[in-house]
Amino acid sequence: MRGPLRILAILLAAILLFASVYTVSETQQVIITQFGKPLGGPVADAGLHLKLPFIQTLHRFDKRWLEFDGDANQIPTKDKKYVWVEVYARWRIADPLRFYQAVGDERGGQSRLDDVVDGQTRNAVASYDLIEIVRSTNRAFQITEELEGIGSAEALTRIETGRDKIAQVVLKKAAEITPQFGIELEDVRFKRINYIDTVQQKVFDRMISERRRIAERSRSEGQGRAAEIRGQKERDILGTTSVGYRSAQELKGNADAKATAIYARAYGKDPELYQFLKSMETLKEGLDQDTWLILSTDTELLKYLKSPGN
Amino acid sequence: MARGSWGEGPIDIGGGGGGIRLPRLPSLPPGRIKAIAAIVGLLILLVTGYYQIEPDAVGVVQRFGKYVRTTEPGPHLKIPFGIERVTKVPVQRQLKEEFGFETVAAAVRSQFRTSPERAQESLMLTGDLNVAVVEWIVQYRIRDPKLYLFHLRSVRHTFRDMSEAAMRQVVGDHSVDEVLTIGREAIALKAKEELQRLCDLYKNGIEVQQLVLQDVNPPDPVKPAFNEVNQAIQEKERAINEAWAEYNMAVPKAKGEAEQAVRAAEGYALERVNNAEGDAKRFDAVYEEYRKAPKVTKKRIYLETLRELLPRLRKKLVLDEKARGVLPLLQLEGKLEAVKP
Repeated sequence: MRGPLRILAILLAAILLFASVYTVSETQQVIITQFGKPLGGPVADAGLHLKLPFIQTLHRFDKRWLEFDGDANQIPTKDKKYVWVEVYARWRIADPLRFYQAVGDERGGQSRLDDVVDGQTRNAVASYDLIEIVRSTNRAFQITEELEGIGSAEALTRIETGRDKIAQVVLKKAAEITPQFGIELEDVRFKRINYIDTVQQKVFDRMISERRRIAERSRSEGQGRAAEIRGQKERDILGTTSVGYRSAQELKGNADAKATAIYARAYGKDPELYQFLKSMETLKEGLDQDTWLILSTDTELLKYLKSPGN
Repeated sequence: MARGSWGEGPIDIGGGGGGIRLPRLPSLPPGRIKAIAAIVGLLILLVTGYYQIEPDAVGVVQRFGKYVRTTEPGPHLKIPFGIERVTKVPVQRQLKEEFGFETVAAAVRSQFRTSPERAQESLMLTGDLNVAVVEWIVQYRIRDPKLYLFHLRSVRHTFRDMSEAAMRQVVGDHSVDEVLTIGREAIALKAKEELQRLCDLYKNGIEVQQLVLQDVNPPDPVKPAFNEVNQAIQEKERAINEAWAEYNMAVPKAKGEAEQAVRAAEGYALERVNNAEGDAKRFDAVYEEYRKAPKVTKKRIYLETLRELLPRLRKKLVLDEKARGVLPLLQLEGKLEAVKP
């Protein structure tokens, strides 16, 4: 029968076709092995490709940057502070053939990266003080009035390397090792750095005592300023009162002087008359009913009592 | 996404156009059958090749895995049967990542939650080696869908890692007080710049639009101490204000009193001078007249004074000019008075 044969031939041709074409996505790269032996370079062009059916096998690898999250490691810094350090890295399979030969698959790659990146991170962290790993620049902190002069000594420490550069050191050293696995390390970064619990407790205690100091100083500053204001109050009161007194006395003195001058000018015309008039006036005012008046008969008034004539 | 239309296409045709035509099929000549088959085939191609892009997205088309084109919102055709595949990327949508907390239910009053894992994200060291809890959000947009899809695997996961690293780097360069109070805006800005720098470095096709600090707190065990500082600052302000209040009560009063003393002195001065002038005028007047007849005037005044004076005095003693010994008498009087009661 020609019909069934033709169908069979078409079917075979189709199977052959499907076995000999393959697609490569934008995110993929492929190496081809023939009876287990790698053939040529990787196929990294996306699109449709041809291969020999059945005897050539495809091995697909991701072409993109891949994730790597390091475990949190407890590492002592150079100044013996224990911290949890968590780094992340991004890497890609740069040489898929070598990658395939050296580590097999991504899981193998991750585990090699664990060794390399963690090891380099340990080395780097252990050879710097904590402040170098935390800070990136030597920028001066802005300080509010309340905090002036308080604050830990660390705030003044100058750093020489800094977080970013230390991460770069880890990247550089690790990237020197990874090519043997066909891996190119693209970036390594410190994701988290935290104190271990016992250290953290001490840091909290320090923060608390620091805050207490700030609070105490703030309070005493308040009291000091209040006392200062009270002092100023006393000063201002005494100041204004005494200035007032001075002005008043000056005014009175001037008036007294003026009055004295007026009196002197007037009474100076006849001091005898003034004395007389003033005496009379004083007599009128100064003597009351209980006063004894002893008059001699030779007074001006009573001389006529004895004899009327001269 | 793109595979959706691949599955739905044939069902539409089989149930719609094909189902109606099926009963008439036997009566048609073979040429017609071929033509109808061709039309149906074309229809299947059309329907399976049709796809639509929503207004907030673009479609990235791959043919046999290779990128061929990016399509804008609207209806489009592609080669079906998995030859061309479309991935829709929402480039217009603003995407958001939360760090240190999660929005459980977004509403007028949103609900938030902080799981232990999320709490780990927000705990960080400050530049003075203190600890702060920083929560933040990042709003971003996919700027380059091609890079977004093809350059990085697990873009979102990576983006979160980058954001944490950037935020910790910036916070690590600020003091705890800057982080908690005065430096917030600067920190958000710097972290955004750093994150964008990383995005460009990683070529993930993301544009960071906004990075906003949410709750920034000292760690829980330290919180009371921080509150104490705020309280102390309040107390300080209060002490100062109270002192000023006392000042303001006392000093103006003292000023008033001083002013009063001065005014009184002015009054005294006026009185004193006026009195003097009055007395002087009076004396002048008397003097003018006295000068005309000094002797008689003087006598007259003397006598007038006595006349006025004498009636007022009850105790008078007139002595002869030769009499001496007034004193014993006076003493006697004193004794008598002393004995009388």
